[in-house]
Amino acid sequence: MSSIVLDHVSVSFPIYSAGSRSLKNAMISATTGGHIGKDANHLVVQALDDLSLRFSDGDRVALIGHNGAGKTTLLRVLAGIFTPVSGTVKVEGRVTPMFDISLGIDAESTGYENIILRGLYLGLSRAEIMQRRDSVAEFTELGPFLNLPVRTYSAGMHARLAFAMATCIEPDVLLLDEGIGAGDAEFLAKANERLSHFIAKAGILVLASHSVDLVRKLCNKAVLMEHGRLIHSGDVEEVLAVYGKRQAAAAS
Amino acid sequence: MSDIAASSARSWWSPYAAAMGDLIEGLGMWELWSTLAWHDIRQRYRRSVIGPFWLTLSMGVMIAGLAYLYAALLHQDIHAYLPYVATGMIVFSLISTLASEGATIFIGSASLILQLRAPLSIYVYQMVWRNLLIFFHNISIYALIVLFVRVDIGWNILLAVVGLFLLTLSGVWVGIILGGISARFRDVPPIVGSIMQVAFFLTPVFWTADSLSGRALFVHFNPFYYFIEIVRMPLLGKTPPPEIWLGATTVAVVSFLVAIAMYPRFRARVAYWV
Repeated sequence: MSSIVLDHVSVSFPIYSAGSRSLKNAMISATTGGHIGKDANHLVVQALDDLSLRFSDGDRVALIGHNGAGKTTLLRVLAGIFTPVSGTVKVEGRVTPMFDISLGIDAESTGYENIILRGLYLGLSRAEIMQRRDSVAEFTELGPFLNLPVRTYSAGMHARLAFAMATCIEPDVLLLDEGIGAGDAEFLAKANERLSHFIAKAGILVLASHSVDLVRKLCNKAVLMEHGRLIHSGDVEEVLAVYGKRQAAAAS
Repeated sequence: MSDIAASSARSWWSPYAAAMGDLIEGLGMWELWSTLAWHDIRQRYRRSVIGPFWLTLSMGVMIAGLAYLYAALLHQDIHAYLPYVATGMIVFSLISTLASEGATIFIGSASLILQLRAPLSIYVYQMVWRNLLIFFHNISIYALIVLFVRVDIGWNILLAVVGLFLLTLSGVWVGIILGGISARFRDVPPIVGSIMQVAFFLTPVFWTADSLSGRALFVHFNPFYYFIEIVRMPLLGKTPPPEIWLGATTVAVVSFLVAIAMYPRFRARVAYWV
């Protein structure tokens, strides 16, 4: 089944200044022995620092921490988008990242065309998408609007479409970044039900969130991060308690 | 794509294996990149009546203008010159967009790269496929000319397909090379743009290589020359000589070797650079 093993994972970002992104400057500096056009001032930001974690089936993990703690970076490492600078990542099972539910929605294409496009983004084949298309269409309650370009939709309709498309698959490992939601109340209630169902089907859920309520509702484990380092991991209430204490300490 | 095992290099060949896996897995996702390529084209000409044929129309106007002017300037017979210019322009425009859009592959797809779990090569295939589709729109100009102007076409027209395949393949490798360099060094796309602009005049697109007898050497060091001729000659009913095949194959092989040497090194870094 699905599992995630991180072993001493570190990720650092080079922050290039405009000068060091220039091929011309790099060549000048190479041909002149580095005297002219010297631009060694690119900073390195340590986004993840020696992180070791292990999750298995049934784990509902919340990543908590301040902005810039490395939550999104960790999700991107799990998704296979960032290859760690050092350490190893082993993820078993079909990984589905859902960082921005309206990613890649083409405003000029119709609702149906967008369902297909999103399905392809999620790694489904056209045949698999066609099997699910009707159930997605039904869930959006958009009816004949699905034959119109998405640019004619209201914001609420837009959210319905994005959400329905995002939850039409059965992932083994689901990676969520905060900010799922929007749309009108009635739809949100239905969406919540679908979200819970969707999450329940996943082998492992990893959620990055600031919302303590959402974390309590969806997760059973938590990982507290600060400046890319692991501060505490374990049972969700235990980690939330540590998080609360640290926040109180920082405030005083 | 059921498992991922990303790791820092354990043996010297593992980045190479990963890069090859990326190229092959990406090819397997043809449904995604072909759809994206088609969306790109539609995006540009959305809500216009003739759609992507706007590209063809502007290309047609350009060819008509060039042919009319230069047939007079270079004292050429317009019936022979028009197909020559038309095929030259159509093929050069494919080469030129492959190079200039190749440089922006990864920069342009930054938002998808950072959110999508997909091999990087799909963006390369998307770019190449998009330009191939545009080429197939443009080739209708050639078909139209053949209807009205006598061009002696024989079975060797099929060689154009082989030539086009070589050109497309090189487009993939050059796309990987330029896309990777450009993601790191952001002044490469404008450099490539300028080079292609100059290349248009220095390549026998609207003039012939024979008319430059004294400076033939200069044409023979031009890689674009081989790719133009390898597709153009069969379209005009001629069989490209071995020299042309050799030139085009050399470029394809060299670009392949460079790409295969570079791709494993920068593939994992592209997400950090964009």
